[in-house]
Amino acid sequence: MATMQEVAAIPSDRFGPFGGRYVPETLIPALDELTAAYEAIKTDAAFQAELNGLLQSFVGRETPLGFAPRLSERVGAPVWLKREDLCHTGAHKINNALAQVLLAIRMGKRRIIAETGAGQHGVATATVCAKFGLECVVYMGEEDMHRQSLNVFRMQLLGARVVPVTGGTRTLKDATSEAIRDWVTNVERSHYIIGSVVGPAPYPRMVRDFHACIGHESREQMLRIAGRLPKTVVACVGGGSNAMGIFHAFVPDADVQLVGVEAAGEGVLTGRHSATLSSGTPGVLHGSLSLLLQDENGQVHPAHSISAGLDYPGVGPEHAFMKTTGRAEYVAVTDDSALRGVALLSRLEGIIPALETAHGVAWICDNAGRWATDEPVLLCVSGRGDKDVGTMMQHPIMEIE
Amino acid sequence: MTSGTATQLTMHMDALRTSGRKALVAYITAGHPDRARSAELLKGLEAAGVDCVELGVPFSDPLADGPVIQRSSQIALEQGMNFDGALQMVRDAALTIPVVLFSYLNPVMNAGPDALQRAADAGVSGILITDLPVGADPEREAWLGASPLAYVRLVAPTTPASRMAEIGRNGSGFVYLISRLGVTGAQDSLAGDLPETIERLRSVTTLPICVGFGISTADQAALVGEMADGVVVGSAIVKLAETSVDAALALVRALRAGLDTCED
Repeated sequence: MATMQEVAAIPSDRFGPFGGRYVPETLIPALDELTAAYEAIKTDAAFQAELNGLLQSFVGRETPLGFAPRLSERVGAPVWLKREDLCHTGAHKINNALAQVLLAIRMGKRRIIAETGAGQHGVATATVCAKFGLECVVYMGEEDMHRQSLNVFRMQLLGARVVPVTGGTRTLKDATSEAIRDWVTNVERSHYIIGSVVGPAPYPRMVRDFHACIGHESREQMLRIAGRLPKTVVACVGGGSNAMGIFHAFVPDADVQLVGVEAAGEGVLTGRHSATLSSGTPGVLHGSLSLLLQDENGQVHPAHSISAGLDYPGVGPEHAFMKTTGRAEYVAVTDDSALRGVALLSRLEGIIPALETAHGVAWICDNAGRWATDEPVLLCVSGRGDKDVGTMMQHPIMEIE
Repeated sequence: MTSGTATQLTMHMDALRTSGRKALVAYITAGHPDRARSAELLKGLEAAGVDCVELGVPFSDPLADGPVIQRSSQIALEQGMNFDGALQMVRDAALTIPVVLFSYLNPVMNAGPDALQRAADAGVSGILITDLPVGADPEREAWLGASPLAYVRLVAPTTPASRMAEIGRNGSGFVYLISRLGVTGAQDSLAGDLPETIERLRSVTTLPICVGFGISTADQAALVGEMADGVVVGSAIVKLAETSVDAALALVRALRAGLDTCED
């Protein structure tokens, strides 16, 4: 039994009214066990040393902070890029997958379940499972398997079993539901590695903490290399993991603006979008109360985005909270603008970004003039664009003027 | 039963227990496969020997449900079924056996602050929310607990004894014991540790215990009926109902016959 001090030390399962644990009863003991294990490793020097060593030698941290001179010229303010695309497997997702696999091993669970949308979280999880010899089952919507066939093959190559999800909208939302169903069924020997800052507590806080290295490094790098903190930190938001990861260290810096860029899809007014923070209402999906795209009957509305990683009708509860408190600002960028973002970062900086990241690029360019010439903008380049080349090829190469 | 209340469900379940009749609780999804056949099935359940109906209010993302109920929910939603549509079905059916709504928090929350009173007015006796475990949301649990409806709560095989006691104190009507790990849906065999789980639960609550998840045949119902106060059958009925209401009702009669072989 936990002592009173230990109980008091466990953080709340909410962010204001958002968060919580809205799951079938069967999972409650597993969430209790996970919470206890997570609290224990926070102060476990051996665990932290192993994790930090692997983040360095296997993931490639710390990732560079790079100045983007030609993009800066276009924006009229210095733009800095936090290069999570240089992480092993090509996106930030592996920070969390690695830490959760180590946690699962510590809990004695050698079967790993994951869901994936764009495939980046699935690839990251499959990668770490291969490294540690764990069984790995990844649920992926059938629609996303078509959009991201390269990542499906990568996961299979790494020894993971990729299970197509044919229910509902056949995208990330349904893959997440199916992963939770697997977990309910195999909870005693399985650990579910959720891929974003969503789900029941302790996941939103834990996944944020496992990605918080992005922000801690960036903050230190900005001070050291740029000589000051950024005026604005920009990151794309689907579930919101790279955004929470880079935002978290800057939350106490009241002068630093935090901007999350969602997918406006074909336009927020068309109804075909994934802009949950911009136009969602409070609701419960996948274990937490957050903002949600839903109809008047509380049925979840299908999301849409050209980017499979942003194509999700929910969002992490801490983002919903930061929107409510005004600490972060949330904006939305269309599919077409995201394609322009791809062209801009590719042609100006020689970096082909993931479609998710491209939303952030586009928003910064669309807001040239918002910043004074000495106000730095920090963008989280959450992932590289190789996985999206198939989607990009369906559109003409955009020339930048 | 003109207006549903918690007391009615509780008295009904207690009376069954006293008389030695094992409760047959049947789950169906409101509006599946369409409104007319769903209404026909609902009305037919009572004569086929059901003691309590769990009427599913469909949700777009039913993460506690297996493929059969997922599919039925999707079909029902495509037919336009919603919370008040389910209440209308209850009103129209005018059953004498109690009806418990079975759903997820989101559609119930979205039905508004007076949703539970509207349900009671329509003749509903109880409500069960699969994704609101004890202690998860005191404010909304208080809303459900203070309503005129019985608040049926779930216990899982993973639930520790101390938590079982808490669930017993927080629930009313009956306790729904999940027979095994996993989601709803038929299984060939029952969980081996079910008798122990029932005994653990029995030692901490006086509420009637109905066991569900995975029960699909008369033999399974009879086996569980020997240990529990009732059984819940869902997916097996829903699967048949998709093509034939008569076939679904025939299964219900067989389940009744199976349960009636139980010695109390």
